[in-house]
Amino acid sequence: MSEHILEAATLKKEEALLPQANWFERSETLQKLRKTKKFPTIWCAGCGIGVVMGALIRAIDHLGLDNDQVALVSGIGCTARMPVYMDFNTLHTTHGRALAFATGLKIARPDMKVIAIMGDGDALAIGGNHFIHAARRNLGITALVVNNSIYGMTGGQYSPTTPFGRKATTAPYGNIEPPFPVCELAIAAGASYVARSTVYHALELDKYLTEAIAKDGFSLIEAVSYCHTTFGRLNKLGTAADMMRALKENTIARTAFERLPPEEQAANTKIVRGNFVNIERPQYTAIYANLISEVRGGEK
Amino acid sequence: MAVKLMQGNEAIGWGAIAAGCRFFAGYPITPSTEVAELLSRELPRVGGKFIQMEDELASMAAIIGARIGGLKSMTATSGPGFSLMQENIGYAAIAEIPCVVVNVQRLGPSTGQPTAASQGDVMQARWGTHGDHPIIALAPTSVRQAFDLTVKAFDFSERYRTPVILLTDEIIGHMREPVELPDLKTIQIFEHNVTEKPEHFKAFRNTPDGVPPLAPFGVGYRYHITGLFHDEVGFPTQRLDEIDPWLERVNTKLERNIDEIALVETDYEPGARLALLSYGCSARTARHALKVARAGGRKVDMLSLLTIWPFPEKQVEALGERVERIIVPEMNRGQLAGEVERMVGRKKVVRVTRANGEMVTPQMVLDAMEA
Amino acid sequence: MSPQVADRTEVRLAGEGGQGMILAGIILAEAAAIYDGKNAVQTQSYGPEARGGASKAEVVISSGEIDHPEVLHADVLLALSQEAFKKFAGELKPGGLLVVDEDKVDATDAPSAVRIPVTRLAVETTGKQITANTVALGVLVGLTGVVAREAIEKAVSARAPRGTEEMNRQALEAGFAAAARVKTNR
Repeated sequence: MSEHILEAATLKKEEALLPQANWFERSETLQKLRKTKKFPTIWCAGCGIGVVMGALIRAIDHLGLDNDQVALVSGIGCTARMPVYMDFNTLHTTHGRALAFATGLKIARPDMKVIAIMGDGDALAIGGNHFIHAARRNLGITALVVNNSIYGMTGGQYSPTTPFGRKATTAPYGNIEPPFPVCELAIAAGASYVARSTVYHALELDKYLTEAIAKDGFSLIEAVSYCHTTFGRLNKLGTAADMMRALKENTIARTAFERLPPEEQAANTKIVRGNFVNIERPQYTAIYANLISEVRGGEK
Repeated sequence: MAVKLMQGNEAIGWGAIAAGCRFFAGYPITPSTEVAELLSRELPRVGGKFIQMEDELASMAAIIGARIGGLKSMTATSGPGFSLMQENIGYAAIAEIPCVVVNVQRLGPSTGQPTAASQGDVMQARWGTHGDHPIIALAPTSVRQAFDLTVKAFDFSERYRTPVILLTDEIIGHMREPVELPDLKTIQIFEHNVTEKPEHFKAFRNTPDGVPPLAPFGVGYRYHITGLFHDEVGFPTQRLDEIDPWLERVNTKLERNIDEIALVETDYEPGARLALLSYGCSARTARHALKVARAGGRKVDMLSLLTIWPFPEKQVEALGERVERIIVPEMNRGQLAGEVERMVGRKKVVRVTRANGEMVTPQMVLDAMEA
Repeated sequence: MSPQVADRTEVRLAGEGGQGMILAGIILAEAAAIYDGKNAVQTQSYGPEARGGASKAEVVISSGEIDHPEVLHADVLLALSQEAFKKFAGELKPGGLLVVDEDKVDATDAPSAVRIPVTRLAVETTGKQITANTVALGVLVGLTGVVAREAIEKAVSARAPRGTEEMNRQALEAGFAAAARVKTNR
């Protein structure tokens, strides 16, 4: 199974963070999933969000982080329900505000790893302003956006990432708005680390999430997923398996994309997966810590 | 500290520092901005942190996030910003996260008159966010009281795990008076002390006083906080047997402690059949009128409410039994007077209102006494 | 009739935004409350813009408690702009003191107004128009004695930005001198 995903991900074997055979037993994080009350999850059978949750847990596990040092902050929506299933410091906030809550938490506790988990509507519509400003400040938060192109929890309304022409319950004649490119938005706003993959390419997600969480500055992971229950049904895209397959077929790795001749690049309609930005910029809480010591030192 | 001429907004900033506030998030808005300006300068000097957020929605969210991270937190705003903050004031109320929200009231609705004073947010402070919820609102009448009630706001917010609104106004916020502040280091407020082991910790359990101790994130108590209805460990629930006792606790915890929370100042005279009841800047006007009336030989009582919410029902009801008429001057169209009427009956209450940005005058109050 | 119990002197300083009226009000209140053993409350109102528009500072000075913080019927009005004069001259207490900048305010319908070229004096004395508010304080205290001269001197000096203390002292002195000339001519 791992080999199969690896092939699909066009990831070199040594690049992938392959789980070892006894990874579940070894993983303290997984052992501390909140199995007692919260399972089964609220997600529809076949939903991609669970894959992202698995990738997140594996990334935290790879980094060997202490559970107490990790905070998961989410907004509202299907994706935002993710933190409750995991045994970290978990904060389920209001719609769109995950990054704003996370900002206060990260500034209060710069030593903690703060991960904001959002859907596309959560992060980019109602929370769009917080998204660009958190990136601009380069606050040391990982923003994990699960992009399923639709408002799933409310029943399938068009979101800021719904492709042009696609149907939604509030776009019965097809969406007439162009979608946001999530990664490009984060790059323009100043994020230190930006990567995109899909729930089909789970090991790629592991790797990118691991790098993003390890990153000192603001990092963004766009995990492209699907909603077969609403988006798939309204647009006649088949079952969850069909939509998962489409992620395999309708995406292209950045490295492969860059080898294409310019005219093919221009004509490309596939989603490009890859790590787009990985730079060092001064991180907000570090700058503020310096400010405090300068202000206090100046008084002595 | 020496006597200084100080603005109400500055006194609020110093009160926050004294109370141990170490995080402020805000967005510039007249007439509250001086609070943010002072704290942007002073917080780093005490190791605290200031951030100017992208809007008031974010400011309110950030102070809740910071308190969950263990820092006592505050924001300051005025009408339009207070409207935006309502969303997460409700979150703080239901998730029981302590925080202080300063509202320096200006004339509304909407953009209104940014530099004109008002007391028009009395009802918004109580019911601005949707759903039944606990809230405390305190209204200072002087610069010194702006300091004292800011400290009190932090104490109440911690003690009762609730957002506290410091409901001041443009007059008190921008007014300068001579004050001598106490040594800031001598101020102490309630501190949460969690004694349970992490495996036994329940952030939302019932306790004798209705307020379970709060543990910050990142120190070993891994738990879930949500704006959904939740059980005593914080997990979302739709079970009525879990929701009902929790809702009952959250919505009655302030009533259970009302004697500590309802702060009022009384100046009663034996034999008075008339009373003035006011708060915030209008209490100054009322007191001016009171002195004139008494100098003219009239017996008049005065009740100043420092706590607006929860409404000091007992004190107002008792006043209603003392006197025949209660005059309520305020800079709105009678928002608090309606609450007084609820306690003592409509016939006993005389509304003296002004909602055009100008203060009620002592003469208006004196005229109401004659009527 | 204005209700008054404790002694209460109400001063209103009015002009355009940018003329420093609010700072003048603060300094007068500091002179009273910090350097003269009195009580004072200073309030203000201004338009939304930083420059231009109407700007008004009020100072209530008393030996006792000050409850209502705003001016009810001004004992003293200083008007540095025509708009301020028009808006507030009518609210002056009968027999109250009206001082206008004679170069900026046409006060022909207020024969009792004291006319002093406040801004011109500032420019002549310090070369800087922004010291007009300090000149005005000298004029006001010189004419009314609402606070002791020493108190206003200390208050001005304490508020003067570093390096401008002498300039502000001169401006204040020019105001006092103008007030003395008015008193002599009366």
